[in-house]
Amino acid sequence: MNAQAAVASIANPRYRYWPWFLLALLALSISFIPLPTSTAVPGSKKLRISASQYEFSPAVTRVNVGDRVTIELLSTDVVHGLYLDGYDLEVIADPGQTATLSFIADKSGTFRFRCLVTCGPLHPFMIGKLKVGSNTLLWRGLALAVLAAAIGFWRLRR
Amino acid sequence: MTRSTEPVMSSPRYSGQARYDLTRFPAAKALLINRWPQFLVRVIALVGFLFAILAGLSGTPVGSRNFGIVFIWIVWWALLILVAVPLLGRGWCTICPIPMPGEWLQNRALLGPKGRKPPFGLGRKWPKSLRNIWVQNGAFALLALFSAVVLTQPGVTAVILAAFLFIALGTSLIFERRAFCRYLCPVGGFIGLYSQAAPVEVRVRDTAVCAAHTTKTCYTGSEDGFGCPWGVFPGGLVKNTNCGMCLECLRTCPLDNVAINIRSVGADLTQPRGRKLDEAFKAFIMLGSAFVYSAVMLGPWGQMKAAAYNIGSLPWLLYILVFLVFTFGLLPGLFYLATRAGQILTPRRQSSRKSFTAYAYALVPLGLAAWIAFSLSFVFANASYILPVLSDPLGWGWDLLGTAEYGWTPYLTQHVPALQTLVMVVGLAWAGVTVRRIAQESNNPVSWRQAIPINLFCLLVTVGFLWLFVG
Repeated sequence: MNAQAAVASIANPRYRYWPWFLLALLALSISFIPLPTSTAVPGSKKLRISASQYEFSPAVTRVNVGDRVTIELLSTDVVHGLYLDGYDLEVIADPGQTATLSFIADKSGTFRFRCLVTCGPLHPFMIGKLKVGSNTLLWRGLALAVLAAAIGFWRLRR
Repeated sequence: MTRSTEPVMSSPRYSGQARYDLTRFPAAKALLINRWPQFLVRVIALVGFLFAILAGLSGTPVGSRNFGIVFIWIVWWALLILVAVPLLGRGWCTICPIPMPGEWLQNRALLGPKGRKPPFGLGRKWPKSLRNIWVQNGAFALLALFSAVVLTQPGVTAVILAAFLFIALGTSLIFERRAFCRYLCPVGGFIGLYSQAAPVEVRVRDTAVCAAHTTKTCYTGSEDGFGCPWGVFPGGLVKNTNCGMCLECLRTCPLDNVAINIRSVGADLTQPRGRKLDEAFKAFIMLGSAFVYSAVMLGPWGQMKAAAYNIGSLPWLLYILVFLVFTFGLLPGLFYLATRAGQILTPRRQSSRKSFTAYAYALVPLGLAAWIAFSLSFVFANASYILPVLSDPLGWGWDLLGTAEYGWTPYLTQHVPALQTLVMVVGLAWAGVTVRRIAQESNNPVSWRQAIPINLFCLLVTVGFLWLFVG
């Protein structure tokens, strides 16, 4: 099919929805196609996280997928807790004390951890991040955003 | 009863845009015209509002145990930004209790007009120079500077709510109609902006009928209802921004010419009439605030939270400087550069100001998406505070429903990042569609080139939000 015929075929109402179908397929592919997993060898990782009003330190921590993670939560002022989104795990530490939480980091992505004991006015916003392997959701989101912008450019020309 | 999905408008302004008029259903129209359902919902809202003030002033200072904080900043905010604004536009204004006491005094009536009494109060007209939303823009930005305290301290929330009530009351005694709602309310300002994206509107069916109607009861009032409390002539409505959906025009129109339409989303955003610089700046303020809030409240940076909270300290002064520069300088400045770049790409140009203002409306869906994504995070994480607060609203040790000891339980937090990503991508795509339609308004065959930098700006902003939400 030459270029003229291709354009004519797209202009044909029968093929009007093909570009949209292809774009939807592309969006679904970006969203759900499995991505290569990390090749890092799983090991043991000990994280010592101190909690004080209203921050965790370090606030952002990284482990590999499959690592056996041990979090030592040290509370430096009042009672604090740590609830890990996505893993549904929690631990509470009394002031000056350390509490321990162990788990296998078998899900990749970035997971928020939050204080789970009311520790003061800004308690709902006391948040940290655990990064496990690569953040595929962010990359998929960025790819979808670029696709959405590309559709915008493509539609502009029409 | 006739049920049709055909466009019901004869006015040229609606050409090519399908509307479905809800008032075609007699039962729906009767329900909307009847004052009692709206009045009862507003009274319930007023009782809740007053109780939130009481709880804030006399209840526990622990925000997560206080009705004022939990019901205003979790329940009300979630309903407003996740449901009311996207689906009903100014639907909240329909039932907002804040102007009620002032209206009762002004109208000398609790419910409907009786005997056409003259309004109580000075009844002055709002100053011409302030007939815009610049004051609302400033009020919102001012509140935003104190947000870390307002959102977490019950007493401060109570004082703010009480101030809203008293300013609304005072305004209604000095100025005619709902001047507070139209020109002062910081919440009403952004609801008005985002209501342009909503799939519902109040419009007249035929503008010719309004033009021929000499008494204009929708504006002046009648035995059946009050003249438009928002000071709008419904026959001239082309956008939702200034229509409070109070339904008075539906009650006062003797010619059955007012419709409540279901329409396509974002219909007002591509309406060239009525675009204003103050509304354009509102779009930047909302986008900038959502970005700063997301960084401060959802981010892992403790120093930033402390800076936002410790009012009057040096870090706080730095925080407000960054906030103001980012919201009023950097974002509009980058957007201006994008519009200028677009103009360079386009041979026949429109003025910079006109281009800047027009394309800023594409930020409405993007900003709304950002606020929805931001709200999803803290609403799902903190919704479990509702049950204990219902059982012990003042934190005084009560257990009215047996749920006072219900522990903090985050809901769906594992799915929130994916939802936020989806919302932001949809917002970007919607912004792209809006940019395209705005570009097509000019008959310039290469106007699409002007929109390319605007799309890049929207992409850049979206990438920033995705980094904050899921990075």
